[in-house]
Amino acid sequence: MNSMLLILLMGLFAGGLGAILGIGGGMIITPILTIMMGLDIKYAIGASIISVIATSSGSTIAYLKDDMLNLRVAMFLEIATTVGAIMGALLVGLFSSSFLYVLFGFFLLYSTYNMIRKLMDKKGENVYTGHDPIVDKLNLANTYYDKSEQKQVDYSMKNVPGGFIMMWAAGLASGLLGIGSGAFKVIAMDTIMKMPLKPSSATSNLMMGVTAAASATVYFFNGSIRPDIAGPLAIGVLIGATVGARIMQVLKPKIIRMIFIPIILYMGVQMVLKGFGVNL
Amino acid sequence: MHEEMRKVELIIGKILRIGVVTSAIVIVIGIMLYFLNGSGYTGNFPTRFSTILNGIVAGKSYAIIMLGIFLLILTPVLRVVVSIYAFYKEKDTMYVVITTIVLVILIIAMLLGYRS
Repeated sequence: MNSMLLILLMGLFAGGLGAILGIGGGMIITPILTIMMGLDIKYAIGASIISVIATSSGSTIAYLKDDMLNLRVAMFLEIATTVGAIMGALLVGLFSSSFLYVLFGFFLLYSTYNMIRKLMDKKGENVYTGHDPIVDKLNLANTYYDKSEQKQVDYSMKNVPGGFIMMWAAGLASGLLGIGSGAFKVIAMDTIMKMPLKPSSATSNLMMGVTAAASATVYFFNGSIRPDIAGPLAIGVLIGATVGARIMQVLKPKIIRMIFIPIILYMGVQMVLKGFGVNL
Repeated sequence: MHEEMRKVELIIGKILRIGVVTSAIVIVIGIMLYFLNGSGYTGNFPTRFSTILNGIVAGKSYAIIMLGIFLLILTPVLRVVVSIYAFYKEKDTMYVVITTIVLVILIIAMLLGYRS
């Protein structure tokens, strides 16, 4: 009873934070389950996958209702992510995982630097509205209502091929290393494609559930998903994500960025260290 | 154009909500049964369709939770399927094709997971 309640509370927190940032919450759940509760890493990874799907499905309901996400960007980029994930799963063992951890870890550290620069930018969160032949052809430009600034924001984007490649790499990383790819998705949209942070987070939320579902059946049928853990976790995360998706919309983009930066910094440091054989 | 998309997005939202709420209710029923009757298993839990189905018929809590979790795993698939319909309603052929490709890749990945 007590451990189920603890798992539910952890789910509330992970789901809430995940919905706000567009990440899965595996980085919160895995250490708590393995270090604090002494659970085998296999079951922790299974629980993380369920957490990603629950965060995604819980928040997407609210983001669809409030017109926060970009369905076209999501589906177009999802091709890259799912193909990457399948390739990753098939290629496991062909690459040195330590090299990949270092590579993706350093990329996260570089993204941290970029995000800090954007945060420090005196002009604030400027929205890209220019034209780009690929964006026009794929009809990707969209609009959202920013509740914190009480205004409609029309936005466009650029560098779609760069975002597509980044999404493919994010899928590859999740397939090869069994890590979530939400943070990479947000970076691909926000930093590479210059989408505003809020629709980037909402769209990442929608996408990460689809990506996770692709690998979830592996974990479900090989016995990594334990009902006594994944059950209460799913309920906690669903509630947390529903609330988180409401909170995100009234937060200023700058605040969301300030929460995002230490998290990708932590993830980057952790991955680089893991690549060198140090487990945090 | 945008208005049309809004209507369609609201419908997707509703269908998705039905899927998510259904899976959550099944999981909650399973958890409540667990507190009433225990897991129904000794030291293990069901992971194949046949054993889960047998467990549900026997009213075993772990089997019911696993069903709820499996339904939750299907919700993103539901999202993609409904999106195809949404783009079809909008007569956006390019995105019907793009989203169908996503669905096909997703189903292939899920089947690979079942076989392994």
